[in-house]
Amino acid sequence: MRTTNNVILQTSIKILLFFIVLYSVYIFTAGHYYPGGGFIGGLMTAGAIVLLLIAYDIKTVAKILPVNYRILTAVGLIFAIGTSAGALLFNVPFLTHAFGHVVIPVLGDISLHTATLFDLGVYFVVVGVTMTIIQTIGEDE
Amino acid sequence: MNNLIVLPILIPLLTGAILIFFSKRVMAQRWIATLSSIATIIVSFLIVQKVRSEGIQSLNISSWDAPFGITLVSDMFSSLLVLTTSIIGFVILIYSFKSIGEEREKFYYYAVFNFLLVGVNGAFTTGDIFNLFVFFEVMLMSSYVLLVLGGTKIQLRESIKYLLVNVISSALFVIAVAYLYSVVGTLNMAHVSLRIAEVGQPVIITVIAVLFLVVYGLKGAIFPLYFWMPGSYYAPPIPVLALFGALLTKVGVYSITRTYTLFFYHDAGFTHQLLGILAILSIIVGVIGAIAYWDIKNIVIYNIIVAVGVILYGISVMTPDSLAGSVYYLLHDMIIKAALFLLVGIVIAVTGTSNLKKISGLIKHYPGLAWTFFIAAMALAGIPPLSGFIGKVLIVKGGFEGESYVGAAIVLMSSLLVLFSIMKIFINGFWGEDRSYDVKEKAPVKWLLISPVILVILSALYGLGSEAILPYIYQAAETLSDPSIYIQAVLKE
Repeated sequence: MRTTNNVILQTSIKILLFFIVLYSVYIFTAGHYYPGGGFIGGLMTAGAIVLLLIAYDIKTVAKILPVNYRILTAVGLIFAIGTSAGALLFNVPFLTHAFGHVVIPVLGDISLHTATLFDLGVYFVVVGVTMTIIQTIGEDE
Repeated sequence: MNNLIVLPILIPLLTGAILIFFSKRVMAQRWIATLSSIATIIVSFLIVQKVRSEGIQSLNISSWDAPFGITLVSDMFSSLLVLTTSIIGFVILIYSFKSIGEEREKFYYYAVFNFLLVGVNGAFTTGDIFNLFVFFEVMLMSSYVLLVLGGTKIQLRESIKYLLVNVISSALFVIAVAYLYSVVGTLNMAHVSLRIAEVGQPVIITVIAVLFLVVYGLKGAIFPLYFWMPGSYYAPPIPVLALFGALLTKVGVYSITRTYTLFFYHDAGFTHQLLGILAILSIIVGVIGAIAYWDIKNIVIYNIIVAVGVILYGISVMTPDSLAGSVYYLLHDMIIKAALFLLVGIVIAVTGTSNLKKISGLIKHYPGLAWTFFIAAMALAGIPPLSGFIGKVLIVKGGFEGESYVGAAIVLMSSLLVLFSIMKIFINGFWGEDRSYDVKEKAPVKWLLISPVILVILSALYGLGSEAILPYIYQAAETLSDPSIYIQAVLKE
């Protein structure tokens, strides 16, 4: 437990955190048309969590975000493998992606691509790996 | 559509990802890993049969046509290697159950084991030079983890060396690919071959060829670039060592073979002669090391360098017979090196030491172990009817046909010294005065012996059934000696 008083740091990070996470989600979803994608989005989300780690200690952050990052990495891998192996079910070459327009009531007509799911896998793996590295080094005495 | 050839990569990859969820449940991990490895064997066997009946199989990943997307290509050479890899993976997996220890098993051993197989199978199957680099990295990253897993002092020290060497050689690989790309403007292997043939291999391509030789030579431990291997391979536990000895260097050998038969065959007077000289020097250095040591692990490790030299000598001669011999010998060597390392592991488990001077008289208590080792040693040296014989005969025959008399003679002489080095283990370790070893109660010898016995039987069948197997080998050699078959299968022109 920290003994020093970090009111300014903790308060500003509480506010900043949402903006950083929002921006990382924006970067992730915009990846197909603008610079960005799963890798940089994941890194930025991990960066937000690292800011939390700087403001608080590892135990508190683990309480706020009860995520096992190794499992998250594996889930990301399964996502990526699943979307690429899904092509096998439709008898097209491995990693062939599907694309289509879907009308969703609120959002209207949006184009969906299974490559996004693949990218979501990349996103999870990047967050998982970065946080595993930082946590294991941080916990190491 | 032909998604069959992606399965030897996909199955271990999926298994590795699933095994991460079960990291603390050892029995579940063992079952999942075993089942997936049996599935991989079946699939790779089907691929071999399919390539045999229908010719080279290629798959344009994500439906992009050949030079623009990544292509996976299974010709006979790579599909046979994938089959051998799958079998060796299965056998070493079974050995690991009683040998690697629960501590390591709970720390993602089987997951990383599967990722290594992904890298090796992928490197054998890919038809894209940069994708080959990526699969090299998948394989190397897993091998770093397997090498350091457990964290003993010697493992930590040797991991640093191994990592340094491989990081440098990977950087060289990227540089070599960048040079090649800036000259030919494509990464698809068949397309690269076509473009090089169009310009007729100017000097810059020959320079790139030598750069590739340096890169793959570092991975595959040929003569001046083998320095990292004896130390690094001495460190890891036995199943990991067997995996490394049987698979990792062979991927380097495969890549040299692929690039030197598909890309850089126009200026054979320079490139292939250089390869031949380095191969012969590797054989000489390897046998010197194998004779010099009194440590059983080191003896077998230096025998890897000999085998790499013999195979590459066959490639450098480039006659149909020598190519077939190299393919045959490569498969034989993967099987027999895995068997020897596993047997050496049992000897170490029984006696508690790898120093040959402290071991003797094992044959009285462990006759099964002794005779398995004897047969494996005979196969290694190339005594007919075992598997090492035909490969070497073809290589030597090809050497004489190619009027490379000195090289062929050295290959022949090396067999004698290899036989000497391996019989040194047999005579000193298994014969002689019987000593009682304290640790012998602990080692589950019967279970451990299953794996090398399977491999030795395979090796014997491989030698005895060579009549049935040689058509496959010659089909592989035909593709190697005529790149247009490969190019046509990929680009479909």
